[in-house]
Amino acid sequence: MADLSINLAGIKSPNPFWLASAPPTNSGYQVQRAFEAGWGGAVWKTLGEPIINVTSRFAGLHYGGQRVLGFNNIELITDRPLEENLKEIAETKKLFPKHALIASLMVEPKREAWHEIVKKVEAVGVDGLELNFGCPHGMAERGMGSAVGQHPDLVRQQVEWVKEVAQTPVIVKLTPNITDIRYTARAAAQGGADAVSMINTINSLMGVDLDTWLPIPHVDGKGAHGGYCGPAVKPIALNMVAECARDPQVGIPISGIGGISTWRDAVEFLLMGATGVQVCTAVMHHGFRIIEDMIDGLNNYLDQRNIPSVMDIVGKSVHTYSDWGNLNLNYKVVARINPETCIVCNKCHIACEDASHQCIDRVTDITTGKERLIVREEDCVGCNLCSIVCPVEGTINMVEVPTGKPPLTWNQRQAALSAGGSCDAGCPH
Amino acid sequence: MTLTYNLQENFREVVPALKPKEAVDEANRCLFCYDAPCTRACPTSIDIPSFIRKIATGNLLGSARTIMEANPVGASCARVCPTEELCEGACVLNHASGSRPIMIGLLQRHATDWAMKNNVNLFAKGQPTGKRVAIVGSGPAGLSAARELARWGHQVTVFEAKEKAGGLNTYGIVSFRLPQEVALWEVEQVASLGVEFRTGTRVGTDVMPDELLQNYDAVLLACGMGSVPALGIEGETLDGVLDAISLVEATKTKPLDDRMLGKKVAVIGAGNTAIDAATCSVRLGASQVQILYRRTAKEMTCYPFEYEFAKQEGVEFRWLVAPKRILGENGRVTGLELIRMQLGEPDEKGRKRPLPIPGSEFVIEVDYVVKAIGQSRLIPLIEAFGLAHRGGVVEVREGTYQTSHPRVFAAGDVIFGGGKTDAMVVDAANQGKQAAKAIHQALSSLRQQG
Repeated sequence: MADLSINLAGIKSPNPFWLASAPPTNSGYQVQRAFEAGWGGAVWKTLGEPIINVTSRFAGLHYGGQRVLGFNNIELITDRPLEENLKEIAETKKLFPKHALIASLMVEPKREAWHEIVKKVEAVGVDGLELNFGCPHGMAERGMGSAVGQHPDLVRQQVEWVKEVAQTPVIVKLTPNITDIRYTARAAAQGGADAVSMINTINSLMGVDLDTWLPIPHVDGKGAHGGYCGPAVKPIALNMVAECARDPQVGIPISGIGGISTWRDAVEFLLMGATGVQVCTAVMHHGFRIIEDMIDGLNNYLDQRNIPSVMDIVGKSVHTYSDWGNLNLNYKVVARINPETCIVCNKCHIACEDASHQCIDRVTDITTGKERLIVREEDCVGCNLCSIVCPVEGTINMVEVPTGKPPLTWNQRQAALSAGGSCDAGCPH
Repeated sequence: MTLTYNLQENFREVVPALKPKEAVDEANRCLFCYDAPCTRACPTSIDIPSFIRKIATGNLLGSARTIMEANPVGASCARVCPTEELCEGACVLNHASGSRPIMIGLLQRHATDWAMKNNVNLFAKGQPTGKRVAIVGSGPAGLSAARELARWGHQVTVFEAKEKAGGLNTYGIVSFRLPQEVALWEVEQVASLGVEFRTGTRVGTDVMPDELLQNYDAVLLACGMGSVPALGIEGETLDGVLDAISLVEATKTKPLDDRMLGKKVAVIGAGNTAIDAATCSVRLGASQVQILYRRTAKEMTCYPFEYEFAKQEGVEFRWLVAPKRILGENGRVTGLELIRMQLGEPDEKGRKRPLPIPGSEFVIEVDYVVKAIGQSRLIPLIEAFGLAHRGGVVEVREGTYQTSHPRVFAAGDVIFGGGKTDAMVVDAANQGKQAAKAIHQALSSLRQQG
């Protein structure tokens, strides 16, 4: 059994799986059920001045027979009085002293307001704070949430205010609704944040009803943009985590959030620099019990590789993530189609023909009379499209072919050119 | 079905395994129900949504462990359970319009096949308690109990009369349904926990019940049932009269021979063993195989899927006939005299009693007569332990499986008193598990007192 415990900026938890601040962490009842099921930590549903919610609130994106590939919501922060939440936090912490309990906070952008709430929640024994600078709907219109997270200077200033009084580690939750998340992550670090968490939800409109012409979801005939999350957002979140992880100016631990549904997703986030992960949509879809496979799968993954601790994989892939300019221009892969398993659906052919470089030929085998698909490797640009559309796992493989040329990146090539020399063979200049 | 004269080929597992992508696609179709009806329908309460989700996430080790944790013979059950009556029959997708139930049995096989192929030990033995338990019989019930007790740290010795452990799963189910290596893998999993298997040791002959009671803190009687009883009709000693259990066992222990090639076979009885004997005969090359049953399709005890399978194999069914006399020439079976039956009033089990129609006798030409009319009870052994029983069915307390002797427990076919279907492997596995729990509790309280 591998050691699954983590230490994220001083916050310890028995495993890297936390519930994100969201509907599943709305109450002590829920968080205690989650801890009983095996969750290592929970970020309590954002505390602040209680709000008024609307109905309806959620919508799901179903695609090709699979439900909830994406999800969005227009629910706001907690609608329950602060005192009630604090009482339940204290209770929960007492029952589960070893689990990470983090309070998500959102208040008006005023120094006193931040001081007041930080003192109140720390008094009931939370292990850390998460500043919600990410919520994109409703609260942003009132100058909070992502309205803060879209301005590095506002982020920096409010983190500074919090750090003036905070005794526990401060995590800053960032919005992805911004051109380059590294700027706000750096601002958080400059303000003294102990960690950043990302991503909060993405601005979205889930759909329009074809019969009523109303937005989905709607509230009495009107809709507003909601926060998008679920499996569909994972690649966006993973990139943002990786970008921040490899940015020395950020330089603080990351709690990864965004579409994490399984232990496999978690491993990817950990490898790309997250010290732990937060989950919401998968729990909203299936309940707290998904944690069983997340823990079991992660443990088996580590055991099968003889990795003693989950902390050993944190950030191990970050060095492989870089700028485009550092990619080797002389590396070449081509598609190869296995005729033994190919079912001749011709999807690779038409994809290549219409959308790539017209190098998959349909050839009739003269001996058998059967049609085959053959890649003209000299024309193949190695784009992967055919292998992506191929429905038979393992039938189209992208195979490395030696180019006989030394590695050369765009940056090296430009540097060589500007130095007046010629770059490597193969360069047309 | 295409049969070949390469008999080995005919005895290969008939249902193909799911391909990896099929398994993942099927797993992703599972709704992951909460308080799932499939789990509730499983006698061993396997957390089915959990093991299926683990297939979907690529956690096959965890999936196999979830299955085997609940059911120590889960790989066998993946193949022999009447899933359409249990888990798959309970699947909520039966009710969703335009849908079909999840192939739970095949997914269970997919996960356990992975564990078998990758040679993993799924469990570890517990801290030694110093308590010793003897288990009589290594079939599904005995094996399950042994696995559970070993995980709790008890020292377990299993006594098995046969050369190999595994009982019915090893010897009694046709290879094309359940290959022997599957049953033996389950035995190995249990043996790897330090359980000692004394094979070739018959309790009552090689070891006496008294010795077990003296040398062990508790005994679990999981000896199953005995051989097929005699029909009690003329001609039973002729060459060509076989019993179904020995017939199936021979195909699993000896090189397959071609003596049934082109022959006519009559199987008496219509339980799952009868089906096994009939399909076995087909695959041994018999040209005609008939199942003869004194009641009708409605009363027979084989699973519906076994009935379907037999029909697909070309087995013929004759209802409402009973054997009256086996005819022979030169000491060999040549024919069978049957008498037609009709159904009368229900018997004590609620099944309509078959009554012969006088003067309706007729003769069919056969080369082999296979008896599959149930199994005799091991009464001498039961009585040697001094256990209360009803006609060879050991009486146990509900839930604890404790017999009239406080240190002797019983599970599996030895306590099976009949029912709508044949005794199920999965029920025996569960009884073994529950009996082990009761034994563990009894031994633990003993330890506290001592």
